[in-house]
Amino acid sequence: MEHSLKIKIKNLDFYYGNFKALHDISLDIYTNQVTAFIGPSGCGKSTLLRCLNRMNDLIPISRVEGQILLDNQNINAPSVDVVTLRRNVGMVFQKPNPFPKTIFENVAYGLRVNGIKDKAYIANQVEKSLHQAAIWDEVKDRINDSALGLSGGQQQRLCIARALAIEPEVVLMDEPASALDPIATQKIEELIHQLKKLYTIIIVTHNMQQAARVSDITAFFYLGKLIEKDDTETLFTKPKLQQTEDYITGRFG
Amino acid sequence: MTIRLQKELEKLKKGILSLGAMVEERVRMAIQALELRDANLAEKIIKSDFKIDEFEIEVEEDCLKILALHQPVAVDLRFLIAVIKINNDLERIGDEAVNIAERIQIIAKRERLDIPFDYSLMADKTASMLKKSLDALVNMDDVLALDVLKLDDAIDDMKDQAYDVIKQAIREHTNRVGYLINLLLMCRHLERIADHATNIAEEVVYMVQGEIIRHGNVELEAKE
Repeated sequence: MEHSLKIKIKNLDFYYGNFKALHDISLDIYTNQVTAFIGPSGCGKSTLLRCLNRMNDLIPISRVEGQILLDNQNINAPSVDVVTLRRNVGMVFQKPNPFPKTIFENVAYGLRVNGIKDKAYIANQVEKSLHQAAIWDEVKDRINDSALGLSGGQQQRLCIARALAIEPEVVLMDEPASALDPIATQKIEELIHQLKKLYTIIIVTHNMQQAARVSDITAFFYLGKLIEKDDTETLFTKPKLQQTEDYITGRFG
Repeated sequence: MTIRLQKELEKLKKGILSLGAMVEERVRMAIQALELRDANLAEKIIKSDFKIDEFEIEVEEDCLKILALHQPVAVDLRFLIAVIKINNDLERIGDEAVNIAERIQIIAKRERLDIPFDYSLMADKTASMLKKSLDALVNMDDVLALDVLKLDDAIDDMKDQAYDVIKQAIREHTNRVGYLINLLLMCRHLERIADHATNIAEEVVYMVQGEIIRHGNVELEAKE
């Protein structure tokens, strides 16, 4: 299956004030594939993920150099509306963070703030997203109950449904299963597998087995640099660089 | 956690090397028994094969345990897979030593008949291949392992040569056909040992380089 280029990261540097967090990152991300970022804490993988929908804009002292092209468009160009960008590039966080609203309203929220008023469309979109997030069967009978009554794993899938409701093209996931038990984790991983047919997915994870299980491409970062990127299968069976091998086999430091 | 994995892998390495030494010893004994037509030595090989079988199972169980508990990746995974396969080859080499021993027991009872074929040369070459493949394993030496692969053709040629010699001998000694077939099959067992040594060498290359080079899928060159 041919995968077209979705995101092209070109010579990206990123600074928190004087601290250079990312050094000259160049990386291509393809549609309908899962790309995993791995590396020790502080290696820059989350920073890079947050660059992709400009979440770092919220940090006043931060600065980006180089380019990120989404469908060949520079996402940091002045003409780009960051709200539109984030609608196309959705995000799921480490901790499930549902709003203190009903299950239905959580998923409908993104549509409403985007000015959609058509009730039938919203209801349809909510159901579709809950299906896609593999949680519909568990919540269909209590769709108007508070989302806070769901388990952690359910809350996380609800958050994924919320991200999907506005039909993004890219979904960023920052440690989406690290706060979940093995069964909920398995569900999320299974879900990622299903979702890649429809979306481009980038996942940051500390769990290397998880990266190995869910991703097609794995990129290993260390000290703000992209060390090695390859097909996940190759990276986990015969990485090219010693540094990568040392990290994934736990011989680090 | 990973320190534990490293310790487990070290222990496993010691285990497979001990098994290798044990098997190598059996092959040496078989060769000696062949040269001397020594039925007692052959008996010793047959009687002690259970030790190799037990050791093989122990190594395999260690491998399964490490896989289940540590889910190793990259070089550790390749090492583990190589050990599982080499373990199997070593056990089979032990079986071939037993096969040789059983044939020696049969022919030792008969009057000695020598044929113009140099068993000791073939046996030495086979033993040397096995030794080299085990040295390659000990030292994770892919260059030496690739050397082993080049030696296998010579053994195959010798087996073919033995076939011709024995065919001729059967014509000349029509009353010794059984004896001569046993001599021929002895070559077959040596040749199988050389094949298993080749497998071991191929696994060493896989372990070091990450390339599968079986079934002629190889340029006989070491990686830079």
